[in-house]
Amino acid sequence: MNIVQILMAVVTSSTPLVFACLGEMITEQAGVINLAAEGTILMAAMTGFGVAKGTDSVLLGFGAAAAVGAAIALVLAFGSITLKQSQVAIGFVLTMLCADLSSFLGNSLVRIAGPTVPNWPLPGLQHLPWLGPILFQSNLLVYLSYLMILGSWFYVYYTPWGLMLRALGEQPAAAFARGANVVWQRYFYTVLGGALLGIAGAAFSLDFKAGWSHRHTAGYGWIALAIVIFGGWRPLRIAGGVYLFGLLQSLAIAGQSLLPNLPTQVLTVAPFAFMIVFLLLTSGTWFEGLPAPWRAIAQQLLQVKPPAALGKNFNPD
Amino acid sequence: MSKKLTLYKYLFWLLPFGVALGMGAVIVALAGGSPGQVASSLLGGAFGTIDQMARVAATLTALVIVTSGLAYASSAGIYNLGIEGQITLGAIATTFALRSLQELIPAPLTIALALVAGIIGGTLWGLLAGSLNVFGRVSEIFAGLGLNFVAQGLALYLVFGPWKRPGVASMSGTEQFDQSLWLPTLGRTEFSPIAISLAAISLAMTIVLLQRSYFGLELKAVGKNLRAAHTLGVAAEQKLLAAFALCGGFAGLVGALQVLAVFHRLIPSISSNLGFIGLLVVMLTGDALWAILPVATFFSALNVGSLQLPLALNLESSLAGVMQGSLVLFVLLARGWTKPDPGVNL
Repeated sequence: MNIVQILMAVVTSSTPLVFACLGEMITEQAGVINLAAEGTILMAAMTGFGVAKGTDSVLLGFGAAAAVGAAIALVLAFGSITLKQSQVAIGFVLTMLCADLSSFLGNSLVRIAGPTVPNWPLPGLQHLPWLGPILFQSNLLVYLSYLMILGSWFYVYYTPWGLMLRALGEQPAAAFARGANVVWQRYFYTVLGGALLGIAGAAFSLDFKAGWSHRHTAGYGWIALAIVIFGGWRPLRIAGGVYLFGLLQSLAIAGQSLLPNLPTQVLTVAPFAFMIVFLLLTSGTWFEGLPAPWRAIAQQLLQVKPPAALGKNFNPD
Repeated sequence: MSKKLTLYKYLFWLLPFGVALGMGAVIVALAGGSPGQVASSLLGGAFGTIDQMARVAATLTALVIVTSGLAYASSAGIYNLGIEGQITLGAIATTFALRSLQELIPAPLTIALALVAGIIGGTLWGLLAGSLNVFGRVSEIFAGLGLNFVAQGLALYLVFGPWKRPGVASMSGTEQFDQSLWLPTLGRTEFSPIAISLAAISLAMTIVLLQRSYFGLELKAVGKNLRAAHTLGVAAEQKLLAAFALCGGFAGLVGALQVLAVFHRLIPSISSNLGFIGLLVVMLTGDALWAILPVATFFSALNVGSLQLPLALNLESSLAGVMQGSLVLFVLLARGWTKPDPGVNL
């Protein structure tokens, strides 16, 4: 494999995680942690595949997956925002429930062929040297993920709604005092993020890992949560984290031939472990001991700060 | 307590239970099954024969131990999602002890030391998550989940690498240990009196420590309000680490029992999801530790019974997880209806 082929694989294999991570990011920026990501992606992948297979329409599959993701997020929002239960507890239970539900209901869909997102090289752009084959010779879903990255970056930092979104997670009381309806906005962003997680699920079962099997996308929901932290709740950095993770996975597969003694199964979990080391680097305060110039660089590169009100339920009284 | 309040309390438990059962029935119907047949198949699968009852007891044993450990973490306000990795490390440590000692010392002593090794392995893995949380400021949720993946990788590496069966390495695990190294069971069932006693001791110790000791009081103070507890002179960091260590220790014991009494070898998925099921039990029981026993019994029967579904009715056994999950979800929602929770600090 040459470098262009590897990078091409990185971009296509990372697409589902782009949607998942940006969805999780939007929810967390509003101050709600959606720990149901793992179960949501599984459930949406199964539903998306089933509906696309049944109706022979990839688009309906994506629609159904987004609806399932939104519905699961709505339960989380109701339990945590309205009923004031722990977001972590509700999210975890939803993940367990949905993961098993996807196995139970998806039993008849296991390992059968189904529709996939059709290939569609972008006219003109596909012939660009290097960039063409890497970025513009796949399908609409992949191109949509680029727009998602740029769009969410613009939305969060350059629109008044984006400012309000960040306020919801940092200073919900101040946003409330300014007249914002914190409760409904948090509902909105939780459900929107859930829909994006749902799309991520369908992006697995209808494109990158086409098809369905038990625990088809196991682990990706958890890694999405980790990448959001790694990316410091900033859209462009999160996208960087997603592609870095994709690169690690591709290298792990390529590395199999170089390290024949290491079992393949170990290499597939290696990127997950690597992410944790990075989390440790980014979450700690270890670099305060570094000499001055290095400390500034390390802080700039590594230090991330979660939204101040993340995981805390808001009480308007 | 007034009569009305007691009635309310029963309703609080019965209503979510009924709704969860109803949801289970709807889902079974959706999948094209008959809820009645499923119910009788579940019951038969759990209590039909002595062997199956023994298996329910074995699952109950493991679940009670893991839940006892999780009670410390939840008292201290910690969501120990790293519990699965702690079980795995216990199993790895036990396998290591068995492999190194089996030809050197008598079998009963080897088994005893292997149990201790499992507890140590789990404790260390719990302390690692705790240190990441307390000193590295990594959220315990992500530290735990990350360490689960690391533990999983380690188990896979050992099963496929250094500890592989001569000739073939496969997901079915390492070579089975000699029968003298199995934890003794009644007849040919999976019922192990030693494991049951260990579970009883675990639960009793946990109830005494958490509800009748100063340590338990301090742990709860840390869980309710970390900063206030610290200001009042509770060594909060030390208490948090103790909670992680105790939780890891019990998880390690479960890992040891999975090797010694259930699988008799190390397999990659040695924890059988027991840690996460334990988390569900703890969420359900909250501070009412006595409730661990009935809830864990119900969950064990459900999980063992559901193993019959693929054979008898061609339905997936994950129905058990669906019913457990919906029960806990509805209890949490019902709890929110009656008393709001102020939220957690990440």
